[in-house]
Amino acid sequence: MLPEGNWISRAPSLKRKAILLAKVQDEAGHGLYLYSAAETLGTSREQTIDDLLSGKAKYSSIFNYPTLTWADIGAVGWLVDGAAIMNQVMLCRTSYGPYARAMVRICKEESFHQRQGYEIMAVLAKGTPGQKEMAQDALNRWWWPSLMMFGPTDANSPHSAESMKWKIKRQSNDELRQTFIDRTVQQAEVIGLTIPDPDLKWNEATQHYEWGTIDWAEFNNVVAGNGPCNKERLVARNKAHNDGAWVREAAMAHAAKKAERKAA
Amino acid sequence: MMSNEALFTYTLRLADDLLILSHRLGEWCGHGPVLEEDIALTNRALDHIGEARNLLTYAGELEGKGRTEDALAYLRNERQFVNTKLVEQPNGDYAHTICRSFLYDAYHLPLAEAMLKSSDAQLAAIAGKAVKEAQYHLRHSSDWLIRFGDGTEESHQRAQAALNDLWTFTGDLFAQDEVHQAMVKAGVAPDLSKIKAAFDATVDKVLSEATLKRPADGFMASGGRQGKHGEQLGFILAEMQYLQRAYPGATW
Repeated sequence: MLPEGNWISRAPSLKRKAILLAKVQDEAGHGLYLYSAAETLGTSREQTIDDLLSGKAKYSSIFNYPTLTWADIGAVGWLVDGAAIMNQVMLCRTSYGPYARAMVRICKEESFHQRQGYEIMAVLAKGTPGQKEMAQDALNRWWWPSLMMFGPTDANSPHSAESMKWKIKRQSNDELRQTFIDRTVQQAEVIGLTIPDPDLKWNEATQHYEWGTIDWAEFNNVVAGNGPCNKERLVARNKAHNDGAWVREAAMAHAAKKAERKAA
Repeated sequence: MMSNEALFTYTLRLADDLLILSHRLGEWCGHGPVLEEDIALTNRALDHIGEARNLLTYAGELEGKGRTEDALAYLRNERQFVNTKLVEQPNGDYAHTICRSFLYDAYHLPLAEAMLKSSDAQLAAIAGKAVKEAQYHLRHSSDWLIRFGDGTEESHQRAQAALNDLWTFTGDLFAQDEVHQAMVKAGVAPDLSKIKAAFDATVDKVLSEATLKRPADGFMASGGRQGKHGEQLGFILAEMQYLQRAYPGATW
């Protein structure tokens, strides 16, 4: 919610503001579904959130990048949600039921998110020179981190084999990454933006795109906590949690009083 | 006699309250006290912006100078905004945010209900959609105010402090100047003394359940309807309007 919430107050039109408000609300809802799915494994939401706030639990590294301009809201929808969908569509068929069922709902909304992000980019790309520059700059910054969202290469993915064995994951990181690249390169062409990879080329024999080298040092650095926004994201979440403590306490105290009165 | 200009101004007043309140609620995104409330506040912000868009579009049509909803939202200056000062107040703690919404909701719901019978078909239609949302909004803010008032000692104190701070802005909700009188005469808008009675009944009922004390009607801050705001409105607009101002004439 933080990278996108960052632009709600500055959305450039009322229509965009309304769409963004609806989208961020969806994302918070997805958080609720998945906390519930995690609860079926015996961990309470409080515990899961505490682990997030203490830095013990990991969240997707992509959210440690800043949304610097309005075009980043387009890029996040188009590329980040687009990459996430690749994983999420696969996870609709994951072997763990509660997770799979949550994913079915999530995918429906995410596919809308991806299209709205792409549409933001399409409008910018055919806008003024300044708008087009903004769109291209956002693509330049978000492209490689989006590719990293699929995780390490299959050869270097420590958990992949076990996840595949249990049918938690049904497709490998590299397979999903390839599908994403093949689709997204064409989408960029349609709106006249350039993928920031000089090594990108179509391979007629494999019917897939070949691409350059992902900077895994950057990936590892962000995962290790040194991304541009790791610290401020967790500070913001901790502050919200701490500032809200009295609110949650009040709700519990009132509920207890009501229950007591009802019993009396 | 009712002029189109008065109807334009009245419609803008309705719209600006919603636009500015929506902006404030949107500031909470990602920072709410619990995930459900993050969702509730963005949901409310979305409802408010939806109603504001309908009203601004209509205001633009009434004016007849080709101004769109975005031209009215993004290209007017501080003194041209006619929202009440209540809705521009900073979020403060969660008690202030809830209390600000509660006071607005307790006014907005009976107003929307009365507007169903407006002689202006378009405003009546917009109210028709808003009234269902306003019922939910009032339930949401009332429930939280009751939880705070009748929760812990800390929450009670915070809720009472918020109520005391914000009460001074409630008078302006019911001020009936020439514009409003013209609207009442034309059957467009209700007599605000009737809305005030409904507001009072809601406030008394909720505060009693919340064990909170209704502040005395002392000095009432006014001026918003005439475009005389607090300093904070300029910052809201600087943030909200920045892209439209930085890229004049661009399409988004």
